[in-house]
Amino acid sequence: MARLLGVEIPNEKRIEASLPYIFGIGRNTAKKILEEADLDPNIRTGELSDDQLARLTAAVTNSNVMIEGDLRRELQGHLKRLTSINCNRGIRHRKGLPVRGQRTSTNARTRKGKRKTVGVVR
Amino acid sequence: MGRSLKKGPFVDQKLLIKIDAMNDSGQKRPIKTWSRRSMVTPDFVGHTFLVHNGKDFLSVFVTENMVGHKLGEFSPTKKTSPHQGQGAKR
Repeated sequence: MARLLGVEIPNEKRIEASLPYIFGIGRNTAKKILEEADLDPNIRTGELSDDQLARLTAAVTNSNVMIEGDLRRELQGHLKRLTSINCNRGIRHRKGLPVRGQRTSTNARTRKGKRKTVGVVR
Repeated sequence: MGRSLKKGPFVDQKLLIKIDAMNDSGQKRPIKTWSRRSMVTPDFVGHTFLVHNGKDFLSVFVTENMVGHKLGEFSPTKKTSPHQGQGAKR
């Protein structure tokens, strides 16, 4: 297990496939970063030399891609803004209901969570 | 699909006139409006709007964060049922 940028521990896959384990990096960004770092996307992460790892880290930090904590915090900020201005989207987020106008009479279980029976119990 | 940038934000003409008048006179009275489709632009900030929701006019005080949203987003058109949110009462 290699360590990249502190907490990230991508496993023994090709680096192209293990970079997306970092929150904020997907397949596409991974490819771009590897190009920037001038690395072969097919090497296993574990086989990277220290020098290559350093180059990779530099490429990620220089790429202006927001990752991990920063990204999570920013997303949280967006949510907070929506809820604080009391707009429809904010209200839906607060209530844990679908935000983009989906039906809620049935379905919507991802947002609503497990079924709760409501009503008179006999 | 989003709106073309070339056109700029949409604001109802009648609402614009009202706001301009309000800004010119420096007054801060609530503006009653049915125009839920109007985008909140920076000159809306600090005004209070009474936005129609089909039944009542809900008062909306516009802050800086609201710029870019539509007025209708702040005036829900649906009642929420007591079932929602909390579990069964009995």
